Amino acid sequence: MKSATTARITAPGDVTSFNLGLALPLGVAFAIFFVLPLAQLLYLSLHNDTAATVWGLGQYIKFLTDPFSLAVLGSTLLLGAEVTLACLVLGYPIAWLYQRSGSRLQTLIIMIVLLPLLTSVVVRTFAWIVILGRQGIINSVLQSLGLIGTPLRMIYTQGGLVAALAQVQMPLMVLPLITAIGRIDPNLSDASASLGAGSWRTFFKVMLPLSMPGIIAGCTLTYAAAITAFITQSLVGGGQMLFMPMYLYQQASTLQNWPFAAAISIIFLFAVLAIVALFSTLGRRARGYGDAR
Amino acid sequence: MASVSEAKSLVLDRITHRFASGTMAVSDINLDVKGGEIIALLGPSGCGKTTLLRIIAGFIGQSEGRVLIGNDVVDALPPNRRAVGIVFQNYALFPHLSISENVGYGLAARGVDKTTRNKEAQRLLDMVQLGPFGERLPRQWSGGQQQRVALARALAIKPSILLLDEPFAALDKNLRLDMQIEVKRLQRMAGTTTLIVTHDQEEALSLADRVAVLSHGHLEQFGTPSEIYDRPQTLFVNTFVGTANRLKGTVMATDAGEVKVALEAGGEIVARAPKPVTASNKVTVCLRPEHLAFVSDGSGFAGEIGMALPLGATVVHEIKTKDGSSIKISQARTGDTPLREAGAPVRVAPLAPGLATVFPE
Repeated sequence: MKSATTARITAPGDVTSFNLGLALPLGVAFAIFFVLPLAQLLYLSLHNDTAATVWGLGQYIKFLTDPFSLAVLGSTLLLGAEVTLACLVLGYPIAWLYQRSGSRLQTLIIMIVLLPLLTSVVVRTFAWIVILGRQGIINSVLQSLGLIGTPLRMIYTQGGLVAALAQVQMPLMVLPLITAIGRIDPNLSDASASLGAGSWRTFFKVMLPLSMPGIIAGCTLTYAAAITAFITQSLVGGGQMLFMPMYLYQQASTLQNWPFAAAISIIFLFAVLAIVALFSTLGRRARGYGDAR
Repeated sequence: MASVSEAKSLVLDRITHRFASGTMAVSDINLDVKGGEIIALLGPSGCGKTTLLRIIAGFIGQSEGRVLIGNDVVDALPPNRRAVGIVFQNYALFPHLSISENVGYGLAARGVDKTTRNKEAQRLLDMVQLGPFGERLPRQWSGGQQQRVALARALAIKPSILLLDEPFAALDKNLRLDMQIEVKRLQRMAGTTTLIVTHDQEEALSLADRVAVLSHGHLEQFGTPSEIYDRPQTLFVNTFVGTANRLKGTVMATDAGEVKVALEAGGEIVARAPKPVTASNKVTVCLRPEHLAFVSDGSGFAGEIGMALPLGATVVHEIKTKDGSSIKISQARTGDTPLREAGAPVRVAPLAPGLATVFPE
């Protein structure tokens, strides 16, 4: 404490070392509980046999040459893309509405948006099973209205899963969008209109590019959350659809093939990182990224 | 470029607007602006001038009345089809577009091809003396330069009406004068009918051909700067534009627009009455500090010096009258203008009879 105070007095410009000191507790926790296990995972994945005694790239070769594994990876990334798109398309109007509402309506919108985060993921997921099931709310309503004869198959379908995941991840999309849209000067859309641009032109030429930072942040968060949502994927998706988290779980827990599970983790990690990198590159490409910081 | 003869007129016909909350924003505003004129909408904040500007631009639909641009009623047209150019107080340049793309934005919206657009943007940037810098982004510029870009952007669509919303409020004083001259020059070149919204009376009086003074949503007076300053029609105009001493008095006699008033401060003065008053009416007399002089005869009214303020080019004396009001008198400073001692008894009278104005209470 004393030395820190002294350092501040003698060298007021040098605050870097002081700040690093403050970051130390988190840094240590991060190293022990994140970097170390990750390194262990990498170490494990570089072995050819289940007992992890023979070094080699066998697990990676196995995954990347196996059509089944690649299909699981592909469908997981596709699921993420679908959920992200659904959140963006449904979330943008909500964020837009929020910025144009009075304070009371704003509170209500925020409450509704945040509600999924305040309930347990298991409860939320079972709620979706109740809603989407064969004898679920939607089917019984449609049947009693005479709109359908036999129940629709919604649970255990990709569509049902996307809907459930989109609802759960919606706050991750809407909150960054609200921030980004709120930073746009309202005069800009008036200026655009006065210069002769219609509402669609104003939206695509002014509002959308300027809300890009929020779109990028929202998409990144939603995507990462959707593809790793183990519980929702398993319960709403059911047994027929296999995604990376479940695949990984089966390999590690059921088959006890730890090196292969580790390799799946590493591949999955890099696939996600690649997508995130792609998002932020797109964001930097879209001009205005630097403005609405 | 539109020549002055093509410039469109603007008519506000009994414009009234109530906000959703029921508050009256503007009430029964009539303005008849000739093509090519510069008009200032002058008033304190909350007087309805910005509402009026937004009605003309089409951002707000007025509750009653009509807006006519060049004899066409435009009430049904959305903002993007009114061809009204606006320079916003904060300029509202598109931060993600270059200066040149900002200026060309309106042309792009009109489907003008890129080559023509860039050429026109370049011509306008040359006109506002930012020619070589079209590729830069707006945030790399100072306020004055951003304003030039905003002006070029608004003029690029060859607007029938140009609206400027407090255009100089964000600029520092030295730059403000330069930009006022610049705006006037560009407006003369383009010949566009222009409306400036401002709360700064000097700005209104120096830039505008005619000034509309607004207060609490009402049009107080619409006239040339000299009419506004020299022949104010209401007490509000008299006190808001320029400075005015207010003295209370009673009308003694009236005679063809001129009235004789007995002041509560003692003495009598002859004043102009823009609104009819009759004998024995209680009135407020407005006298501008520069229209008063010290006199040695028995005219005017008596008082004693409160404080002397040498303000450079002028000398201002504060005078306490017998009824306790405080008035100011300002004189041009010549080499030997004496600063009077506090407490010295003086008599003060208007320089000419018509320079005092009375308003009924």
